[in-house]
Amino acid sequence: MAPLVFLAYQSLQEGSFDFGYRFGWEWQNYGEAISDYHEQLIRSLVYAGLATVLALIVSYPLAYWIAFRGGRWKNLLLLAIIAPFFVTYLIRTLAWQTILADQGPVVGILRSLHVLDSDGRLLATSVAVVAGLTYNFLPFMALPLYVALEQIDHRLIEAAEDLYASRVHAFLRVTLPLSLPGVFAGTLLTFIPAAGDFINAQLLGTPRQHMIGNVIQSKFLELIDYPAAAALSFVLMAAILAGVFAYARALGTERLTG
Amino acid sequence: MTAYAAPRPETRSRLLEGIRHHLLTGYAILAFTYLLVPIAVVVAFSFNDPAGRFNYTWQGFTLDNWRNWDAVPGLRDAMVKSLQIALISSLVATALGTLIALALVRYGFRGRGTTNLLIFLPMSTPEIVLGASLLALFLNVHVATGFTTILIAHIMFNISYVVVTVKARLAGFDRHLEEAAMDLGANEWTTFWRVTLPLIAPGILAAALLAFALSVDDFVITYFNSGSQVTFPLFVWGAARVGAPPQVNVIGTTIFAVALVLMLANVLLQNRKGAR
Repeated sequence: MAPLVFLAYQSLQEGSFDFGYRFGWEWQNYGEAISDYHEQLIRSLVYAGLATVLALIVSYPLAYWIAFRGGRWKNLLLLAIIAPFFVTYLIRTLAWQTILADQGPVVGILRSLHVLDSDGRLLATSVAVVAGLTYNFLPFMALPLYVALEQIDHRLIEAAEDLYASRVHAFLRVTLPLSLPGVFAGTLLTFIPAAGDFINAQLLGTPRQHMIGNVIQSKFLELIDYPAAAALSFVLMAAILAGVFAYARALGTERLTG
Repeated sequence: MTAYAAPRPETRSRLLEGIRHHLLTGYAILAFTYLLVPIAVVVAFSFNDPAGRFNYTWQGFTLDNWRNWDAVPGLRDAMVKSLQIALISSLVATALGTLIALALVRYGFRGRGTTNLLIFLPMSTPEIVLGASLLALFLNVHVATGFTTILIAHIMFNISYVVVTVKARLAGFDRHLEEAAMDLGANEWTTFWRVTLPLIAPGILAAALLAFALSVDDFVITYFNSGSQVTFPLFVWGAARVGAPPQVNVIGTTIFAVALVLMLANVLLQNRKGAR
């Protein structure tokens, strides 16, 4: 039965390849897609990259703290990390609409601190979109980091300290390198969905913050321009793959994923 | 007067260590706040008594939204549809996914590597590309999008997660137990039902719950393949354009509470197992 399922499954997968093939000789679709929408494409990669870096900055100390100080509460603390996933994605994002709204407390505080002008806003800016992306995909970053940090043998760190490494040194030379597989996995798991997202840009931004996902979505479902939408999907895939490979090369961690 | 001498390096590093310790804890608390505040907002605003159409600012406490949770036209239908799809797709995906996982772990067959890769593909592709390519497939074979296409889509992405979850459980499986059962005269079927299945049951249950949760929550893939059908996330999307009613928060809170209780039970169970 399994091979049958596998066949059905594969046929589903090939739907996309079939589609690409069908429009294969219309190469100008790709040219047009890139020349018309390179702005949104670059914006998607930049926003996703920013969100990934921010998620890493927020999650690493958090995962470290749970892995090394969590004690018997580890599982409960982990539960708190994935708790956002229990709230429907769209509702979570709508909650950010409320939090960042013009009448909301965050804008109020920032205005009184003169970080924002008296009529400055957060909603409908890139800040809001990146904040939403960071929040929505944060558990994808935190969990692999936790798994990697949790597995580290504490005796290795003690050994480093016995050998007169300072705390900072022990962290940089032992803990950090050992946690790199988690960093790698978390980065990919955050970056890939963030780059294709259109919900945050739609609900927290304006057309000026639109990402490539918004274009694909509207081309497919509102403008019914299938070839362009399909071409854009493949461009997005290619851009993500290129990014992932460059990243893997840079870190030299291909073997870590294998 | 040694007591007033400059602190020895060790004491100073201990002081630094203490500061570092508390800094990290403080940072963790901040990070947890960031994670949990939006959830609190969702829960709080389910009790809000909005003055107008927009449930953005706090107006006053009320239980009306909870009492009349289906006062909003279309919400109940959308919820029922979401649950139907989640139930069917998680059952089918769990059955098929478990079989695939067993096949992948137990048998070396041609194309095993390819299958492994194909299983990972839906998890490593942006949802929008998956949704778009499924729609492209349905368009090309002239299948009208609707309930069935949502189901097919959900079963497809759920299978991947089921396979990965069950495979993880199978990885720690002691095959000697099966051999022992066979040695004691059990045939393959009996061995499977009485030994293999009970042992991997926790993994299968976890996979089914995960699939159910993913299905209820899915918006992007459903959006592309729904035709005129409206599931709960699609309802929220539509409602968000004109201002989502507080009843949406009621449902969101309920889903959150159910998931939380299940996960808490799981954590407590594991803690007790660990203690034993």
